[in-house]
Amino acid sequence: MPEPDHRVPVGRRVLLAMAGLGIAGIVAGAKVQGAVGRALGSGLGGYLPGGDRFRIYTITGSFPRIAPDAYRLSVSGLVGRNLALSLADLRSMPKTSLVRDFQCVTGWRVPSVHWAGVRLADVLDAAGVHPGAAALTFDSYDGADTESLTLDQARRPDVIVAYEMLGGPITTAHGGPVRLYVAPMYGYKSLKWLSNVRLVESVVPGFWERNGYSVDAWVGASNGRSDPPIK
Amino acid sequence: MSDASAAGAPAPASIAAHGTSLVRFDVAERAAHWANATLFLVLIATALPLYFPSIEAAVGRRALVADIHTWCGVALPVPLAVSLAGPWGARLRHDLRRVNRWSAEEVRWLRSFGTRRITRPDKFSAGQKLYAAFTAGAILVMLASGSVLRWFGPFPLSFRTGATFVHDVLATVIVVVVSAHVALAVTHPTALRSMVTGRVSTAWARRHAVAWLDEQSG
Repeated sequence: MPEPDHRVPVGRRVLLAMAGLGIAGIVAGAKVQGAVGRALGSGLGGYLPGGDRFRIYTITGSFPRIAPDAYRLSVSGLVGRNLALSLADLRSMPKTSLVRDFQCVTGWRVPSVHWAGVRLADVLDAAGVHPGAAALTFDSYDGADTESLTLDQARRPDVIVAYEMLGGPITTAHGGPVRLYVAPMYGYKSLKWLSNVRLVESVVPGFWERNGYSVDAWVGASNGRSDPPIK
Repeated sequence: MSDASAAGAPAPASIAAHGTSLVRFDVAERAAHWANATLFLVLIATALPLYFPSIEAAVGRRALVADIHTWCGVALPVPLAVSLAGPWGARLRHDLRRVNRWSAEEVRWLRSFGTRRITRPDKFSAGQKLYAAFTAGAILVMLASGSVLRWFGPFPLSFRTGATFVHDVLATVIVVVVSAHVALAVTHPTALRSMVTGRVSTAWARRHAVAWLDEQSG
């Protein structure tokens, strides 16, 4: 019988093409995703695989589990008096509800997320801010993540200590029972499993900021990104 | 099937070629396939709760699910590598060369988007060859993008965005393509059975893999 004419290495070409596209996508995907999103608009863009659902990131091996009854928010540093607020304490303070898009610096955006909690400004007023304080540092119950805000940023009405998200108590994966929510900034600012707020003299860059993300994380105006404004 | 009685008989390929059935996959190939298939299924199953909050709410244990997903992903190249590496991998190595190389007729089939008939089908159909190459590429790209997602430290931060994009898009494509693979397997029971028993009848080979059959007896 004649040898079959197996000549063209199509398999290798498919493999190399996929590897090439994959590497190109990792290196330049940030730009591609932005362009595709803009071309399709926010409505259709949501149906893309890159679209509008939460990705959960942790920087530690597991989620810290905090019983709601045992939860305490410590407020310390340059304050008139240290606070240790329970979930009940937070719930007894004036409640603020927000409905805002959640924009991650890695490109995904979840539209119209419901949040509720206490304005960080109200918590600061309850503690009494020392005149020398100009910034805040935040610690997470995960023992690794930290964040920062200037005092002016922290006093914005759309920066809250959140205990509700998506219409119910915040789940452990989303940073419950209590997390920070900084509406006008990229998601990494909204520290999960909030444990400590400390008033300090100047900004101390947080975990992601020491890893290269912008300290002032305004959506659309930081991290070299041009995302449309939060709605 | 007419070859049912011969299915369990471990006959050397040289004898099998002249009987009523042929060895299509040896033990190493079948072990590689099913180990790989199991990892793919576990990866898809664990990806669903990681990706869809509604499923996650029902499943819970997110950290555990994420760990299973990560380590099954890391293990993904292992079945193929182990099956290829040793003396037991001779047939798989031979089949990989066969999967790689396409006849002129198969290339025309591809250029016509699968509409042109192939008169002399090989041991593997052109679609199966394409699927094998896709699977190999998918393993590489998912492993690379998944690694950047999990171990982002050494990379520029924009790579996290790109890796998220690539991992999500290719995952969607994989689910579609793997579903088609399973659907075709279920609707082609003889081909599916050959991945379980390793054998096909010469009658099947004459209809579906005549170029291969001619090689065997030539």
